[in-house]
Amino acid sequence: MTAKTAYDRAKAEGRAALVGYLPVGFPDFEGAIEAAKTMVDAGCDVIELGLPYTDPMMDGPVIQDAVHRALVGGFRVADVFRTVEAVAATGAPTLVMTYWNPIDRYGVEAFARDLASAGGSGLITPDLTPEEGGDWLAASDAHDLDRVFLAALSSTDERIETITGLSRGFVYAASLMGVTGTRNAVDTGAPRLVERTRAIIDKGGTDLPVGLGLGVRDGVQAAEVAGFADGVIVGTAFVRRLLDAPDLATGLADLRALTEELAAGVRGGA
Amino acid sequence: MTTDTAGTAVPDALPDAQGRFGPFGGRFAPEALMAALDELTREFETAKHDPAFTAELDELLANYAGRPSLLTEAKRFSEHAGGARVLLKREDLNHTGSHKINNVLGQALLTRRMGKTRVIAETGAGQHGVATATAAALLGLDCTVYMGEVDTERQALNVARMRMLGAEVVPVRTGSRTLKDAVNEAFRDWVASVDHTHYCIGSTMGPHPFPMMVRDFHRVIGVEARRQCLELTGALPDAVVACVGGGSNAIGAFHAFVPDESVRLYGFEAGGDGVASGRHAATLTGGSLGVIHGMRTYLLQDDDGQTQETHSISAGLDYPGVGPEHAWLHHSGRAEYREITDDEAMDAFSLLCRTEGIIPAIESAHALAGALKVGAELGPDATIVVCLSGRGDKDMHTAATHFGLMPEGEGR
Repeated sequence: MTAKTAYDRAKAEGRAALVGYLPVGFPDFEGAIEAAKTMVDAGCDVIELGLPYTDPMMDGPVIQDAVHRALVGGFRVADVFRTVEAVAATGAPTLVMTYWNPIDRYGVEAFARDLASAGGSGLITPDLTPEEGGDWLAASDAHDLDRVFLAALSSTDERIETITGLSRGFVYAASLMGVTGTRNAVDTGAPRLVERTRAIIDKGGTDLPVGLGLGVRDGVQAAEVAGFADGVIVGTAFVRRLLDAPDLATGLADLRALTEELAAGVRGGA
Repeated sequence: MTTDTAGTAVPDALPDAQGRFGPFGGRFAPEALMAALDELTREFETAKHDPAFTAELDELLANYAGRPSLLTEAKRFSEHAGGARVLLKREDLNHTGSHKINNVLGQALLTRRMGKTRVIAETGAGQHGVATATAAALLGLDCTVYMGEVDTERQALNVARMRMLGAEVVPVRTGSRTLKDAVNEAFRDWVASVDHTHYCIGSTMGPHPFPMMVRDFHRVIGVEARRQCLELTGALPDAVVACVGGGSNAIGAFHAFVPDESVRLYGFEAGGDGVASGRHAATLTGGSLGVIHGMRTYLLQDDDGQTQETHSISAGLDYPGVGPEHAWLHHSGRAEYREITDDEAMDAFSLLCRTEGIIPAIESAHALAGALKVGAELGPDATIVVCLSGRGDKDMHTAATHFGLMPEGEGR
């Protein structure tokens, strides 16, 4: 299922979609699946599963720590498909967020095939822009997968046109210039970026949703972002709940509480 | 083919407009950096055709860095290289003690030209960090240098030098705590600071335009060596030899010779305990094709595409990737890449000290060990230019420990 289905459903309810991120294999293989299912159950509309990688160039210390633990814990790329299968079974569109080298190594076409057969919706590619994405454009077309490229505050209108023209499912607007991690306030450039991106999408005549990510940590911020974006993307705040918890059960309870708070936020109820 | 200001023929432009050297290179980078990479590409293209920019850079290279560097004939060392005539391109005599200053002066001038006020850099052995801190001090730029925690320990003297020059040195404690992790951290900083900061990448690596730009700032090494060799011997050398980590001194030394088909090009990588042992940093010899730090190139990775731990006695070569132009020269067969083990490098290190009175950087000792092999293969009629990329002051602790020269209790 494409992520757009979940965005459309949220829109029909007059709210923004809530998109939650967690790395595969963290805190362990089964724990990651339980955590993602908990997030769906408590109100996440779309799940992003991070593929742990040794050199996560765009991630801040919290997500770096979590993916490092997953790698030390024995994460293998094949674990992604089994995790996607379990999470997608909840009915929530499930995408994989990944740096490019593991996909390049696995084989772009083979990864797309295996992701599709596991029920995955597509990929979010933080270090692959459309210019270098030829093989992925072909493979995602062949397997009908979402391809979510990022738009940044520094992107020119011309680049946003390319990015939105080739994205499918939704486009990921990076709300600030920086790595992943929660911030005290939503960057003031974020509404303007969403506005620019949406204007370009409208001109192109598609209704691609715009999700805004990087920095959101609580219901109040989620409500603020939901006021101008189609989706609110949250990662670090979820990961931190699991990192800080003394055991998985406590972590899952904290995760549920945060998801409910954010879900209320996207409904304007924070 | 075009001709540069020194009258030397140079090969026509690679990379292409997308920054690709054949299937290598490109731009695998966060969208947030694309505008800065475009700006840098435009600025570099404009600057290199701007007489005011090239005049200022040439003036700094001549009167600050100390160029042209000497081409020293190593007669006693040559006796151990099959009698081949070994000529040392003395980048160790540059200000700050290595070739790194060539590139950094160029990038620091570009930083100022772009109206940016801060530079960041990554460093392994500290040579590039010291060079960046130096150029930043000279041009009044703020400077932050990222260095793996392991490297800050084995290169403590260079950390002190950078701090003395006014730079902030940030020890990186993630991953393997070596050069690749310093690169990651520098990219993270850059994504957040790109409006006022230039990332002064220290090798011919990273997303386009860095591999091209760093090469162009270093090609002066080969341009000078070619001219000096012709003046000294009346002929081109039979071989040019350099060490390869990221590959900046090597690409600088090779580039002017690429069109000279009679000149063999040899790059020597950090073989560590030997490629077969798995403990090495020999990317082209023992790696495979993939994407790292913004470029498609050869790298050391496992079956899942995870970057593998590297090992080298030389912090400056301890990197799992290699510049994409080297990948291309390897792929096309124009240059030959081999491994040199830690022990072979240290033996050559010692030999140069004792035959020529020159203490080389351990990086450069890999090239010297390679020259001994190439000399034995090519025979006594051959002339070999070796890029002596840096001096060994920074490596004295490592070398003294390796040779057991550190008096009891005086080591760290």
